[in-house]
Amino acid sequence: MEQPYAIEMLNITKRFPGIVANDNITIQLKKGEIHALLGENGAGKSTLMSVLFGLYQPEEGKIRKDGKDVKIENPNDANDLGIGMVHQHFKLVECFSVLDNIILGVEPNKLGFLNKAEARKKVTELSEKYGLHINPDALIEDITVGMQQRTEILKMLYRDNEILIFDEPTAVLTPQEITELMQIMKNLAAEGKSILFISHKLGEIMSVADRCSVLRKGKYIGTVNIADTSAEELSAMMVGRNVNFHVHKEEAKPGKVVLDVQNLTVASNLHKNDAVKNVSFKVREGEIVCVAGIDGNGQTELVYALTGLEAAAGGRIELLGQDITNLSIRKRNDMGISHIPEDRHKHGLVLDYSLEDNMILKRYYEPEFSGKFGIMNKANIRKYAERLIEQYDVRSGQGAATTARSMSGGNQQKAIIAREIDKNPELLIAVQPTRGLDVGAIEYIHKQLVAQRDAGKAVLLVSLELDEVMDVPDRILVMHQGEIVGEFDPKNVTQEELGLYMAGAKKDKVEA
Amino acid sequence: MKKNFLKNSIVQSILTSLICIVLGMIIGFIVLLFINPAGAAEAIISVAKNFLTYNSANMQLKYLGNTLVKTAPLLMCALSVLFSYKVGLFNIGAAGQYVVGACACLYAALAWKWSWLPCMLLAVLAGAVFGAISGILKSYFNVNEVISGIMLNWIGLYSTNMILSNVKEAASPYTYQLTAAGEQALLPTLGLGALFNKNQYVGLALPLSVLMAVLIWAILAKTKFGYELKATGFNKNAAKYSGMAEKRNIILTLVIGGALAGLGGSLLYQTGYEQWQCTHSSLPAMGFNGIAAAFLGGLNPIGTIFSSFFIQHITAGGAYVDKTMYCSQISDLISAIIVYLCGFVGFFKYAMNSRIEKSEAKAAAKEMGKEAAAENKKGGKE
Repeated sequence: MEQPYAIEMLNITKRFPGIVANDNITIQLKKGEIHALLGENGAGKSTLMSVLFGLYQPEEGKIRKDGKDVKIENPNDANDLGIGMVHQHFKLVECFSVLDNIILGVEPNKLGFLNKAEARKKVTELSEKYGLHINPDALIEDITVGMQQRTEILKMLYRDNEILIFDEPTAVLTPQEITELMQIMKNLAAEGKSILFISHKLGEIMSVADRCSVLRKGKYIGTVNIADTSAEELSAMMVGRNVNFHVHKEEAKPGKVVLDVQNLTVASNLHKNDAVKNVSFKVREGEIVCVAGIDGNGQTELVYALTGLEAAAGGRIELLGQDITNLSIRKRNDMGISHIPEDRHKHGLVLDYSLEDNMILKRYYEPEFSGKFGIMNKANIRKYAERLIEQYDVRSGQGAATTARSMSGGNQQKAIIAREIDKNPELLIAVQPTRGLDVGAIEYIHKQLVAQRDAGKAVLLVSLELDEVMDVPDRILVMHQGEIVGEFDPKNVTQEELGLYMAGAKKDKVEA
Repeated sequence: MKKNFLKNSIVQSILTSLICIVLGMIIGFIVLLFINPAGAAEAIISVAKNFLTYNSANMQLKYLGNTLVKTAPLLMCALSVLFSYKVGLFNIGAAGQYVVGACACLYAALAWKWSWLPCMLLAVLAGAVFGAISGILKSYFNVNEVISGIMLNWIGLYSTNMILSNVKEAASPYTYQLTAAGEQALLPTLGLGALFNKNQYVGLALPLSVLMAVLIWAILAKTKFGYELKATGFNKNAAKYSGMAEKRNIILTLVIGGALAGLGGSLLYQTGYEQWQCTHSSLPAMGFNGIAAAFLGGLNPIGTIFSSFFIQHITAGGAYVDKTMYCSQISDLISAIIVYLCGFVGFFKYAMNSRIEKSEAKAAAKEMGKEAAAENKKGGKE
């Protein structure tokens, strides 16, 4: 008889109003295997995991553990069954030690008094057994992202979880840390843990997984043995066609300098050092310059300083020859900076406002929208919003009156792009503009960026996605630990080469 | 799909407010039952009846007038809380701003013999200054407006006691009667008193406070300033991102909130209805009841007009509970319970919405399941 699967999700169907998020999906995880779950954003991976954790109840299908039917009604049930997860965004208490974070919720105690010695022993043993090399007394805020992830892994091991789920674990890691993580995952599998590895990065799946299940638009496409497949085949399964991610564009014709950054330094909010160190570069009209790098290397702070969300600690920023280093955000907007922010929910939209009110977020004070005595002109606002909705194909339930919160991520992003581009900016700063979007939306946004460039605007793109970095810009600047460590022409550089610079293994002296 | 009428936000606000009122009454009744079952029914009815306890229409009118006299300042406090709340600030300092407003207008009226308008404006200014202190602390030093508001409440109370001791009657802790010592500062009655069986306290305050409610509604719903303030309240990061001066807006909001509460102080004490008692060791409930009134009114300035009246109605009604069966604190206790429950409007709204959402999601899933099944059948036949 065949050995029972560690966990099986059989014929799971989960519907939401207007969408089938999971349509008859079956995933079977063998004991001791690393099973990859591949799919684009919106393919239904998160929904499936939420079903596994009892956050959603599926309309159809069942879950089995070791061949027996189980009912998972809430995360505690999942926990009792030995299912643990490392989330994409860690769930750690920053000011607690590693050990405290690990035992949080399952503190060993005698009559309510903590017994940390016992916990420390177990954590140290586990850490050695799986080669995690972690110091239990370090504070979370002091350790690297890679170490924080290991703390999450130890949390699962400490709870004796047998089924470990990794949700996009490599998104925040450097290439070296990724290699180490892969080794850790292999160690875990060798010790009999079963691993579900959620990712859309083909290279990683090819190097670490035993089998791979593919989802596309909520449907189950198939499961393949990694040994019998290729990255190309997986890619075709994932997107449903052989995708040409290449962006068609003419040769850039850079003109005069629009943005001139000189020796810019920005203090870090998180740590007691500088997030951006003495950075200089220029962006000209008619070109797209991309700031590439691994998340958390100062890109966010750089953009904050350029847009005025945060003050610069030193240096000078010029827009079309005018010093804007100390100008207000409003003044910078009016002078022609548009900003597609990294976090559309935090900065980009007032989610409780209607779509039309969001469309005028940066222009509401113009005479067209607020007239005498500051009375707002609702008719003009509606007219303007409807034009943008039409022109940029922003889809929503009730048109201009839709609450922004109820719109899909892609359409929220389109609304922001419509608003920022329609301001007819001199400089468009786009930070991870395609994050979390499907292929169609990504293509659309890339086209818009290129169109802005061709219209003679300066575009500064900040991206974490290597494909985007290679494809969209005319020049690449690599940032590592707050410094620009390399400048490249995307035509003359390989992804591997860029990776070395992003990880800090190589470094050039870059002149602005 | 047919639209659930419960989803209409106006219907929802009214409904949840009514639920709160009824629940408050029931809990109040249960408390009365515990203390003395014999008089409970009668007591809760007299709370609800308030001025209707009187048999003669004339007396009813007169006491309705009294309730209205105290509704005006309550409405101002409620507007103060509401306005700040829309910007994401909890102005618990309204109580203190109200007190310093009272202090300013009474002192100006009794010590300096100012006429009514300058007195009122001074009260507005005093409230605004108190609001500004909280606002500046909040935006420049990140001091929570609740903490600074509570501290300022006490500072306001004792300063007021101290200052108004200079204009108090020799034999009592009360300030001079405005009708005797500061007649020039009495608010114009506009002949309104005649409508309430010659209640001389009813006057300008009532229409003025309603006018302010309409004004606040218009500012929030119709103006650029309101657009900015609400954006700041919903998402201050996005407000900052779009270039709004969020620091200035926070200060301005609390200044306006303070001014409204300060005006409230003037609208009560300049009617001559009450004298300030210089031995107050706790803040008048007016400012705090304003919080309940704002929430009971569904955080809508117009709704607040009605909720302020209701809360004042209950508070005044407490006075009619039979004191031979219950101790004298009972009236405050019962009205406090009802007012307290009024703060739960948001909770009931949330509960109602999540129920509606759940049932809708279920219906939608069913619908889609049917469609899918139908399609499968079709597919099978082909």
